Amino acid sequence: MEWLERNVPKLVLAPSFVAILVFVYGFIAWTAWISLTRSRLMPRYEFEGIGQYERLFAAPRWDVAMDNLFIFGGLFIVISMVIGLMLAIFLDQRIRAEGVLRTVYLYPMALSLIVTGTAWKWILNPGLGIQATVRSWGFENFTFDWLIRPEMAIYTIVLAAVWQASGFVMALFLAGLRSVDTEIIRAAQVDGIPTHRIYSAIIIPTMAPIFLSAFIVLAHLAIKAFDLVIALTNGGPGYATDLPATYMYAMAFSRGDLGQAAASAMVMMMVIFAIVVPYLYSELRPRHDK
Amino acid sequence: MTSKAVTSNTMLRWGLYAVLILFALFYLMPLFVMLTTSLKSLEEIRTGSLLSLPRELTFAPWAEAWSSACAGTQCQGLRPFFWNSVLMAVPAVAISTIVGALNGYVFAQWRFRGANLFFAAILFGCFIPFQVVLLPMAQMLGLMGIAGTIPGLIFVHVIYGIGFTTLFFRNYYVTIPQELVRAAKVDGAGFFRIFFAIFLPLSLPIITVSVIWQFTQIWNDFLFGVSFSGPGSQPVTVALNNIVNSTTGVKAYNVDMAAAIIAAAPTLLVYVIAGKYFIRGLTAGSVKG
Repeated sequence: MEWLERNVPKLVLAPSFVAILVFVYGFIAWTAWISLTRSRLMPRYEFEGIGQYERLFAAPRWDVAMDNLFIFGGLFIVISMVIGLMLAIFLDQRIRAEGVLRTVYLYPMALSLIVTGTAWKWILNPGLGIQATVRSWGFENFTFDWLIRPEMAIYTIVLAAVWQASGFVMALFLAGLRSVDTEIIRAAQVDGIPTHRIYSAIIIPTMAPIFLSAFIVLAHLAIKAFDLVIALTNGGPGYATDLPATYMYAMAFSRGDLGQAAASAMVMMMVIFAIVVPYLYSELRPRHDK
Repeated sequence: MTSKAVTSNTMLRWGLYAVLILFALFYLMPLFVMLTTSLKSLEEIRTGSLLSLPRELTFAPWAEAWSSACAGTQCQGLRPFFWNSVLMAVPAVAISTIVGALNGYVFAQWRFRGANLFFAAILFGCFIPFQVVLLPMAQMLGLMGIAGTIPGLIFVHVIYGIGFTTLFFRNYYVTIPQELVRAAKVDGAGFFRIFFAIFLPLSLPIITVSVIWQFTQIWNDFLFGVSFSGPGSQPVTVALNNIVNSTTGVKAYNVDMAAAIIAAAPTLLVYVIAGKYFIRGLTAGSVKG
């Protein structure tokens, strides 16, 4: 009885412990193993080597997916951060109706990416969407047909993703701006330092951890981007807007190529870990400076 | 201040408001277009402009989206799938929040050797791309006999949700002084007694954050839904995508938009009612302090 009393906390954690061990780490190990076998339609467990990875990196479609990830991820992160920071600074200038504006900027984050994709697909379709509307205003030669042009379609995904996430970045930055010590800012104002200098020299440098957090969250969203591509372009035209996540899904569920699916999933995980591990490490390290 | 400086200041304020309002319009535009398109007839959509208000309001697209729109050969509208999502989200949110609360309570107040390592392992699990567990989970659900069912989806959402819920509760309970637990122990209160008498009554804000976060995640999920559901158990996001991409018949944009709004309504409603908690969930873990 006393043993039970003493070990209740451990017993409470036990189911989660087993679940995380099996369904996160065990499953990662399983996928890693499959990526090193000749599995096709069915999993096979005989070790083969890195053949799947060689096939993966030789596949033109995977090449496109990785290129798209860097184009999409890079633009998505940079543009969201720039818009987010700008809106946060502007909102921080004692703006009337700040609450309403904040609510409007952030609501897309509550939507499913499938909904976002469906809406933008309709807005961007050349036949009846923006292009047709602007033409009907008299600009007969106006062209905005990125959605159906293989070399431009990836930018429609950037546009929709920025629309969805930039308000969230704004909220992060605004919280950061508000947490800066107001005494320092007031002192700088008394000294007659212009507002833009106060931001660039005092406030923004103290927000470095928030830039890092925003970067991590956005990078994570970019690498996992799947729903938006499915809903907006379904990877097309052709496979012009494939991302690693859609490649993996296609291999796993429509091509029946488990080995390729596993190998591409492992690469995705490694890309995420390359970004997240240093961050988590710095977060979890005991702090001495406070 | 000189009058010139005042003028330039006023100009600046106007510019500021102009930019802010322009962005507000950018964020609102898709919602506006969805709403107006869903209330137009197909005829009006073909002849009118994307940004114009409907000349004649029609609610027929909404009725069709709800109860008769076709996905492939199935013409049941979104209704059955909407209820699938409800049946999936409610238990999954409840279970993952309860488990997260108990886990967080242990991590914050009942430290034991190895607890930190386990917590790090859980935190790490929050960041994995789900693609890496998709294949084995499909096999496992088959083995467990719940492949393609709503209980299967509940199971998956609970497993991959407890990382975040544990994080929420742990970070919240860590701020409650440990002396409180120590004093209660001296008085002879046990693990659960302390939880129910002291911690639970303090937990309403963080329960709200956890419920909203989990609900939004699970309702909006597409990857697990499309990978692990069967024909009768698809969640609303999967059904929406199928309806929009259905190739049979005339493309009914107004029905697509009505369906999209129906699929978005529950999380949008939660956001409007409890936006504050929604933002707290989003920023938890990414902004410290």
